[in-house]
Amino acid sequence: MVEIRFHGRGGQGTVVASKVLADAIAKEGNWVQAYPEFGVERRGSPVVAFIRIDDKRIYDKSRIYAPDHVVVLDPTLVEAIDITEGLKEGGTIIINTDRKPDEFPFRGRFDVRTVHATEIAVKHKLGNLAAPIVNTAITGAVVKVLGLTKLESLAQAIREAIAIKPEDNVKAAQEAYERA
Amino acid sequence: MKKVIMGNHALSYGAMLSRAQVIPAYPITPQTQVVELLSEMCASKTLDAKFIKVESEHSAMASCISASAAGARTFTATSAQGLALMHEMLHWASGGRHPVVLGNINRAMAPGWSIWTDQNDSLSERDTGWMQFYCSSNQEVLDSVIQAYKVGEALMIPAMVILDAFALSHTYEVVEIPEQDKVDAFLPPFKPEIRLTPDDPHAFGGLTGPEHYFELRYKLQKDMEKAPALIEGTGLEFERLFGRRLGLVDEYKCGDADLLFVSSGTAGYTANVAVDLLRDEGIKAGNLRMRVVRPFPFETVRRILGKAKKAAVVDRNISYGHHGIFYQEVKSALYGVKKAPPVFGYITGLGGRDITPDTFKEIAAHALAKDGPDEEIVWIGVKR
Repeated sequence: MVEIRFHGRGGQGTVVASKVLADAIAKEGNWVQAYPEFGVERRGSPVVAFIRIDDKRIYDKSRIYAPDHVVVLDPTLVEAIDITEGLKEGGTIIINTDRKPDEFPFRGRFDVRTVHATEIAVKHKLGNLAAPIVNTAITGAVVKVLGLTKLESLAQAIREAIAIKPEDNVKAAQEAYERA
Repeated sequence: MKKVIMGNHALSYGAMLSRAQVIPAYPITPQTQVVELLSEMCASKTLDAKFIKVESEHSAMASCISASAAGARTFTATSAQGLALMHEMLHWASGGRHPVVLGNINRAMAPGWSIWTDQNDSLSERDTGWMQFYCSSNQEVLDSVIQAYKVGEALMIPAMVILDAFALSHTYEVVEIPEQDKVDAFLPPFKPEIRLTPDDPHAFGGLTGPEHYFELRYKLQKDMEKAPALIEGTGLEFERLFGRRLGLVDEYKCGDADLLFVSSGTAGYTANVAVDLLRDEGIKAGNLRMRVVRPFPFETVRRILGKAKKAAVVDRNISYGHHGIFYQEVKSALYGVKKAPPVFGYITGLGGRDITPDTFKEIAAHALAKDGPDEEIVWIGVKR
């Protein structure tokens, strides 16, 4: 069983990122559960989403408190909240940032990986400069680092789930995959 | 075809595949995405149904009843206070013998205003003459809608398909979407014996004096008593076509259990995780998940619980001034059963507080330490 927590801000597509990843994982025959934070979402405020993956039916319907990995879509959240809360020792943290992994204080306790998903999203004209949509790019990095599914399955899941600019979103995921 | 869908949409797909013909729904809170997707399906003609946007849940159910009386297969969805607003019409649907299927998202009743789960909304409607199916996965939600029509239309009794807010309603899971032609083979069109039509006039819901009313209620109960066998039979028929079995209850390692959890909803699946953890510690635990509450599966519950050494009923609901509602029901079913085990009653998870494998382990530790219940209610996880 693998459990992942996603941190983003309302409007960034955090829940969509977890859903697309779940779609891609299901394509390879695994069982998967994805859910948003149980509550109301506000644009700009911190948002959390979760996925749980297993090779057998998942009976556990309780929330995830001790994830194996954490994915951060918005780098400002690293200072704003404790993104390592409950994270298992040695767990992976994937952060969308232009900074290097060793610039983060929790480097050492956790395996920190960084990818500049914002730059990739801007390059592929996803969203706008003020509010780039980084969710598809970050999923490419997650698939590269955690190896949960094939890049091909992710591309297919993005094409099926994203109605606007699907091919640009696929390219962003591919580029993040290569750069992560 | 496998799809990753949320529980709300599992209801929508269930209604679509059942070829619901009339879908009246109130579109605002406490409504969920169930009818949003159905309205899109109707607009795009993916589903050939009349979508009626109404001004209240009361009107939604009133429209379901009249469409059902005219011979249409009908579906609607609601939650919490919305279900409460339907209350009067719920009686009208069952009393009038209109086999409407309703998807209810289990949300706690306000105040305090809540969008999180517990079962008091649907259990408050326990005695309205509707069948109630409590689901634990999105697959079960979809499959239950199709089976609810099959059983409901055979008996002319309406049915609620019930799922936990968020823990299922907004949780995405892998769901096998059955093929339409197979569902059509399983569920033929709704053809009631008597319906509202100018060609063959009948009066519906007229004034009924003491010389007839009693018998109408007797007949409703007699037909409800046929439901347990029909639900099991329908589950078997469904399994032959689709490979998935649903029955009155779901047994997990009950056979040799010293301690049997009695659970429902998503907690009814999480309990299985706790059973495995307890068995790793050498404790023979089991889980009896209650899927159908009305009709109450007396025989099944007596057969399974009769063999257990202890039972711990876990309620995400309460009847104020009494017990948890499943606890009442289970104890009532065991009355007079020789060698019935001691039955403990636990209340937890009200208003969406999480129920985890640890919650069940705490319950197990409590039940195993005592010979029998010494409190009316054991509260788990409440701040005092």
